[in-house]
Amino acid sequence: MKTLRKYRWVLICLLLAVALILPQVISSYLAGILCRILLFGTLAGSLNVINGYSGQMNIGHAGFVCIGAYTGAILATRTGVPFVLQLVCGGILASLVAWVLSKPMQRLKGIYLAIITMGFCEITRIISLNWVGLTGGPLGIKNIPAPVFFGVKFNTPERYAYIFLAILVIFTFLTGRVLNSRVGRAWISIREDDLAARSLGVKLGHYRSINLMYGAFFAGVCGAAMGPYYRYIASDMFSMDMSFNILSMVILGGQGTLIGPIVGAAIINTVTEAFRFAQEYRMVLYAVIIIAMMWIRPQGLIGVSNSMLSGRGIVKKRGRGQKNERPA
Amino acid sequence: MNVLLESKDVCKYFGGLKAVQKVNMRVRQGDVFGIIGPNGAGKTTFFNLCSGIYSPTSGQILFEGEDISHLRPEDIAKRGIARTFQNIQLFKFMTVLDNVKIGFHLSTRTNMLDAMLHTRRYRQDEEMIQTQGRRILEKVGLAEYASLPAGNLPYGIQRKVEIARALALEPKMILLDEPAAGMNPMETDSLRQFILQLNQEGYTIVVIEHDMKFVMNSCSRILVLNFGEKIFEGTPEQVRSDPGVNEAYFGKSGYWKEAQEDAEG
Ligand SMILES: Nc1ncnc2c1ncn2[C@@H]1O[C@H](COP(=O)(O)OP(=O)(O)OP(=O)(O)O)[C@@H](O)[C@H]1O
Ligand SMILES: [Mg+2]
Repeated sequence: MKTLRKYRWVLICLLLAVALILPQVISSYLAGILCRILLFGTLAGSLNVINGYSGQMNIGHAGFVCIGAYTGAILATRTGVPFVLQLVCGGILASLVAWVLSKPMQRLKGIYLAIITMGFCEITRIISLNWVGLTGGPLGIKNIPAPVFFGVKFNTPERYAYIFLAILVIFTFLTGRVLNSRVGRAWISIREDDLAARSLGVKLGHYRSINLMYGAFFAGVCGAAMGPYYRYIASDMFSMDMSFNILSMVILGGQGTLIGPIVGAAIINTVTEAFRFAQEYRMVLYAVIIIAMMWIRPQGLIGVSNSMLSGRGIVKKRGRGQKNERPA
Repeated sequence: MNVLLESKDVCKYFGGLKAVQKVNMRVRQGDVFGIIGPNGAGKTTFFNLCSGIYSPTSGQILFEGEDISHLRPEDIAKRGIARTFQNIQLFKFMTVLDNVKIGFHLSTRTNMLDAMLHTRRYRQDEEMIQTQGRRILEKVGLAEYASLPAGNLPYGIQRKVEIARALALEPKMILLDEPAAGMNPMETDSLRQFILQLNQEGYTIVVIEHDMKFVMNSCSRILVLNFGEKIFEGTPEQVRSDPGVNEAYFGKSGYWKEAQEDAEG
């Protein structure tokens, strides 16, 4: 890990260079996979901000993606709002919904958060399926125009990869900065020990709320970017399947690390693609990977030891009379 | 001197269990105030009431004359009460220095936008907490541990990190819950010196401790709890000579005699 950190910048530049050249030299099919990796890299990263850094168990991330996607698609098809603004609006709306959702979430922990977020994901999907006037109902929204920059239409995976890449780079850059600040430290302190954090003046509700909003914002941005890429969105794209997909990338790569979820996204997208010939059975393989991972390396591939999953069980609490320190 | 922290008939019940029962207490500014009592006497519960982790079932807690009984922990921290925990609640996977940095949360203002843009406020805040954080670690004698993860350190060191973190809050009052637990006699003695030094610097200190020598030699006043109730409050000498305390708290086990000899020797 030490050496990895030392050469971090070299590594990052190298990766960036590869990502910049790659779409030019690979087939359209491979560019499609690259797009998925970059898109899900950001999605997994944004979920990781919530699950991995503040310890709020969100298993319904697709709900935020859904809101962003419909916002973007509606703006793209019915108004002349420029592409970047579509993304921002998608993010803002997802973030606002996250703010509302954070209110009932404030006093809850662990499994209860999981239930709320799962319910939220299903509700957004069902609303988008049934609000026909706004969302097109079961037919979804078709013919979403591809963005045009400098006279170039971004209508192929080779070109669109740059958009997904830009989002991922911006997300990673900003998140790195936020995490290394007062705000990020407050998030991490809540994850590590919310009671201690509170007794140092960290406003639990506030920081959990902005944490959820931050993650939801980027999920919304990704959602808004998906429409013009697939040219089409429908409610069944944003089911719990997608949520679990994103979650497993985070777990595989390592919660509470910046680069882990991106690695997770790369591996899962590559593996599921490579085993496409196995059809339905590739999902079995996928499940095996996750189970094996939880078994062998619960902190994820990149995770050192500060992941939520590994931290809780393995490190024993010490000291006497510890039964009563936490309110029931 | 004026009263800083006062509890009036404070009760805390857990169902039928009366963990704290009608406790009255006055901690004056500049005190080193000790709370003693056997296991399960309600000492930690009382601290949890003072720091907002629990709300009292009845009664009132006043800090600087204002009612803080039903404030949240984060608001009480803001008013100037810091605490440590009996069972050490550090941010285990953060470094010692980062632990202390969280203590500066209230004295810094950086928001998300500042962090994203690295504004002047961000740079000033980071610089401040870096230097002040190191200064506190130096003061507590933890400078060499600054970049180690807090969770891997020995017991005694972890307790000190908690104190360092509490100091970063720049509180008026510090509540220490068994700070010497898990320390050897030498460490305990240097901790005692340190606590007295902090007191000299103007911090009011309330300390729960089982180590009699520690309590008798450092506290100006002592509150004795038993089964949630206050059975005595006074100076160490008074506590030592009070037959009621002897009888009720120490019984005839000889523990008290031992403890006294300990305290003298
Ligand atoms: N959250 C809680 N729920 C139920 N009972 C509790 C709770 N917290 C404390 N108690 C009970 O209240 C009583 C007082 O506990 P407390 O921890 O305050 O004692 P203490 O004086 O700190 O003891 P020790 O010296 O062992 O630390 C105990 O009987 C304990 O079991
Ligand atoms: Mg206790």
